[in-house]
Amino acid sequence: MAAKRVGIVGVGMTLQSSARRDVYGIELINEAVRAALDDARMTRKDIDAIVIGNMDHFEGINYVDTWSVDGSGALGKPIMKMTTGGTTGSTVAMGAYYHVASGMFDRVLAIGWEKNSESDTTGAIITAFDPFWDRPTFGGAVAGLALEATQYMAETGATEEDAAYVAVRDRKNALNNPYAHLRMELNIEAIMGTPYLAWPVKLGDMCPRTDGACAVVFASEDIAGDFPNAPAWVHGVADRHLWAYTSDPYVNQHVKGGTWFPAMERATAELYGKVGITDPLEQFDVAELYLPYSFAGLRYMESLGFCERAGAPALVRSGATDMGGKCPVNPSGGVLSSNAIGATGLLRVAEAALQVQGRAGDRQVPGASLALATGFGGCYWSDELVIGIEKPERNRG
Amino acid sequence: MADDKKRMYLAIESGESAQPFRWSAGTYGSKFLTEIRDNKKFWGIKCPECGRVYVPIRSVCGPCYREMTELVPVSDEGTLITFSVVSFGFVDPSTGLQRPVPYGYAVIQLDGADSYLIHFIDETDPEKMKAGMRVRAVFEEDGKRTGSMMDIKHFELIRE
Repeated sequence: MAAKRVGIVGVGMTLQSSARRDVYGIELINEAVRAALDDARMTRKDIDAIVIGNMDHFEGINYVDTWSVDGSGALGKPIMKMTTGGTTGSTVAMGAYYHVASGMFDRVLAIGWEKNSESDTTGAIITAFDPFWDRPTFGGAVAGLALEATQYMAETGATEEDAAYVAVRDRKNALNNPYAHLRMELNIEAIMGTPYLAWPVKLGDMCPRTDGACAVVFASEDIAGDFPNAPAWVHGVADRHLWAYTSDPYVNQHVKGGTWFPAMERATAELYGKVGITDPLEQFDVAELYLPYSFAGLRYMESLGFCERAGAPALVRSGATDMGGKCPVNPSGGVLSSNAIGATGLLRVAEAALQVQGRAGDRQVPGASLALATGFGGCYWSDELVIGIEKPERNRG
Repeated sequence: MADDKKRMYLAIESGESAQPFRWSAGTYGSKFLTEIRDNKKFWGIKCPECGRVYVPIRSVCGPCYREMTELVPVSDEGTLITFSVVSFGFVDPSTGLQRPVPYGYAVIQLDGADSYLIHFIDETDPEKMKAGMRVRAVFEEDGKRTGSMMDIKHFELIRE
């Protein structure tokens, strides 16, 4: 039996901010779920199954699928929890997509959330890694990403200013997003003037820690036309989770045929092959990418095939990824403006859907019809989805 | 006003209670750490199919999906692959103490190993480090090694 085609028919997100003290975790989840259900003109009763995700040890609540049933609407319904680090939100999206594509469920609610204000994020990230080989010396996401940034600069000649351009772009875009956490117009000098957290990564290069939630309704092709919003169709998904330990991802770059980021490059090859992407810069109208720090907006563009190796500084400085450029990246302000970790990957998918539906408000890319959304996490893991307004001829996987 | 709002919303703390874990190092992890503790020697493990030598040690070669059993000696000297200097303060969740900053942090390939490991490096000036530089392990003093990666105090740059 062929897999069903799947459309996104409802999107809900909460205000993203440094500390949502006004809501308990369950209430934060409920805020996003109500918004998504309202958006699709649905009630809780219409939902067949739920996929929820966060990093449970960030809140210290280990039973989130059960604990949150009142808020998520999962009371008496099939529910699965997915937790994959930074990719959690994009994995949740893919999990909901698989549920519907299987033909077993018609309407599936995906929920991603986090209250990073409730624990120490660096400490929590360290405890996601191996207790023998990683934890004694690991310094969390900031330190881990800095290793990559050092290598990228050494091998390509890229500069800290090149990276700062990405931070300026994403934070400026966030001014158009009423849900974003950091909404500030900064210039390159301002980013360069922020203190080093882990050389060469500065405070201004790094994502914030955020409280927030996102919910998205996925519907089968059999009923996706029954909603007020035109479906944003999932054209394809791919993911690769490679590597066990924090030092593993660097190995591949020094062996024959080694590449920057093999998980992303392999997922990209599979996804573009399935969907028919040969020139992403030309074919995608917009991209919502999980760029947790500024240097990712250089190196990952190369792994996603937007330019040749070492070509990203010229690409971003050309304005091609700015609003009004060939393929705007992160009109929402991206992860550099809001990072409620379990929500973050799902927000990329939600934003991509809003863009192709023409419902992205002040952050809309005019006429956008095909979008790329990504999730990044763990030891250089990669989730990728293509979302389009055109109904695909068949489910391509 | 903002202060009023902060006072309005209550929070509770998890308190001082700890929930300690006890992780098993397994057969090969135990061997690796014991050799460092007792003899200040590094061992890797070799895949019978692709020949890769892994440090940190593990019992399955991921790409070949083959069980590995052959231990091979690996040098305590190696090459700097990439690095950072960590300067932001944070609490180490393993110790509950502030990690002393700034500290050099590096990806290192030991001679004889195909995979890499991460550890501290004794340099906090990024201008003085470069990929490809030679490094050497500095071990904790005799009697102070307990069988963990912290039996290596740090790696030092070999300055010719």
